[in-house]
Amino acid sequence: MSVLVDDDTRVVVQGITGGEGKFHAEQMMEYGTNVVAGAVPGKGGQEVNGVPVYDTVHQAVEEENADTSVIFVPPAFAGDAVFESLDSDLDLAVAITEGIPTQDMARVNKRLSETDTRLIGPNCPGLITPGEAKLGILPGNIFSEGNVGLVSRSGTLTYQVVDNLTNRGIGQTTAIGIGGDPIIGTDFVDALELFENDDDTDAIVMCGEIGGEDEEEAAAFIDENVDTPVAGFIAGRTAPPGKRMGHAGAIVSGSGTGTAESKINALNDAGVPVGDTPEEVADHIEEFLA
Amino acid sequence: MVMKLHEYQAKQVFADAGIPTPASQLASDVDGVVAAAEEIGYPVAIKAQVQVGGRGKAGGIKLVDDEDEAREAADEILGMDLKGYHVGSVLVEGAVDFTDELYVGITMDRGEGKPVAMVSTKGGVNIEEVAEEDPDAIAKEHIDPSFGMHPYQARKAVYDAGVDKAVARDVSSVLMTLYELWEDRDGSDAEINPLMVTADDDVIAADAVMNIDEDALFRQPELAEMEAEAASTGDELEQKADEYGFDYVRLEGNTGIIGNGAGLVMTTLDLVDYYGGEPANFLDVGGGAKADRIANALDMVFSDDNVDSVVFNIFGGITRGDEVAKGINEALEQFDEIPKPVVVRLAGTNWEEGMEILNEDLVTVEQTLEDAVQRAVEYAGEVNE
Repeated sequence: MSVLVDDDTRVVVQGITGGEGKFHAEQMMEYGTNVVAGAVPGKGGQEVNGVPVYDTVHQAVEEENADTSVIFVPPAFAGDAVFESLDSDLDLAVAITEGIPTQDMARVNKRLSETDTRLIGPNCPGLITPGEAKLGILPGNIFSEGNVGLVSRSGTLTYQVVDNLTNRGIGQTTAIGIGGDPIIGTDFVDALELFENDDDTDAIVMCGEIGGEDEEEAAAFIDENVDTPVAGFIAGRTAPPGKRMGHAGAIVSGSGTGTAESKINALNDAGVPVGDTPEEVADHIEEFLA
Repeated sequence: MVMKLHEYQAKQVFADAGIPTPASQLASDVDGVVAAAEEIGYPVAIKAQVQVGGRGKAGGIKLVDDEDEAREAADEILGMDLKGYHVGSVLVEGAVDFTDELYVGITMDRGEGKPVAMVSTKGGVNIEEVAEEDPDAIAKEHIDPSFGMHPYQARKAVYDAGVDKAVARDVSSVLMTLYELWEDRDGSDAEINPLMVTADDDVIAADAVMNIDEDALFRQPELAEMEAEAASTGDELEQKADEYGFDYVRLEGNTGIIGNGAGLVMTTLDLVDYYGGEPANFLDVGGGAKADRIANALDMVFSDDNVDSVVFNIFGGITRGDEVAKGINEALEQFDEIPKPVVVRLAGTNWEEGMEILNEDLVTVEQTLEDAVQRAVEYAGEVNE
């Protein structure tokens, strides 16, 4: 079993005729993802990699029963593209695009609270259920099937931790990159809840980073609601206040909120061990599974 | 990322929208300051135009009563180094005779995913300190981003903060205008601190902060033009990084760090620290970097005199190991002698191809992140001995 995505997922790729969209649609299909349609305004009737393209997401849903979208639309139009998937009654929308204006995301966030569609991202690598399907840009070959759920704010850090796990023969149920922006759809708490309710997930890795209070909220949630053992990692221990470390969300404010220390303490208090290195995270997971 | 307008630019934007501001002129030399002060009329405030907080405490703001004082203050402030920023110009501004100092601001509350309007009667001081010591002194009102701020919300925030009734209507109106500006101009923060109240119950914006969401500059052409003017006079290497388009932060240590993806680069910094070294920088080449970009990244880190060794850690997703290896070769083959030892760790997409291409005579290769960091820290330590 897995969460959010499996080999029944029917995917429409928004922006499939663009460079990134085309390349990654192909990669997703090679991995086994069921890409049933593309959606690009003005390109309806074309085919990309043998996949029919429609002008609207709504048509892709009507004609191909798409239930999930993956969004590779440039940042200026991506907010609108997310609205389109939210208004098309999809189960899941995954926004890969980096650099969507924050105010656009605030409006999307408001709309999200009114629909049943779940959003992953934006500015994220997507998610993968090894051996079944991947949605996004994650390199499929580093993942393997197994019983560890993984949720992370950062793409390449996810790969690093997966590598540390894979080297010990530990595989994943599903790995979810939730994205590094200040305003995102699915957060740690949502992902933890999904893994907690998944029978096949026996342990969870949660990779956070400095900025915001999502990790602290996740720690409180774990304390109250999660029985599955969780191991954590927090990036940005050495980041000085006021300097933004790449991700739009990764900044320790002048008043000291969002620090690695506060997140690590909160997680430790909830019984979650936090590794000093990615290798130590794998140590903890191995102990949980022993 | 945000683009910070200078005070004089933000004041212009606020004034154009109808928010009352004191008479002011920008000047970049002493004579210009005196001419401006005479036109405005003494007393005036002379204010360093750099984008750091706490300018007053650091000596970047002086109140002067006559020409002698103006010359002295201008001479002192122009060209000074203020918290690492060179002061190239000052704003000469008519001094306001005030009875009260308020704070009004709009920002994005990322936890709520909504904008929030804030009002406090404790203006004129660092509002983050007020927020920590006396949070109840700041009235907050969350705003639905799809509707915008309702006038009642502006009034509510103003009354909740305990603003004097005589000026409540004017302060509400300033707050409404500030929100509209924040929304129209893709602000990330819009702030007036202090919003001064005069003896005649007028309100006037004595400072102005306007930070713009850089991701939205494509639809804010007027502000994008201001960006060139606002370009920070900060660290030389950080400016170079801007030109190359890297996410770069300069730090104090001597182990240079290059990697892909913010989270992994931060982790590499943390590991340098964990293994007893000191990170010299954060440098994220981003996703899908080609050989040129990789070479530029090495050039960046080599140009930092503090750097004694470099750790290059790439975990390829959309970044390809062969491109990375080409870039490293390209950057290093031009030297007769490699300026600083480079430790490389390649993993992920096309890493085998990368390892075949990589000229291992020029670099040290490690298989794991942990080993690569330890080796680079070791090299950096040797140089210091």
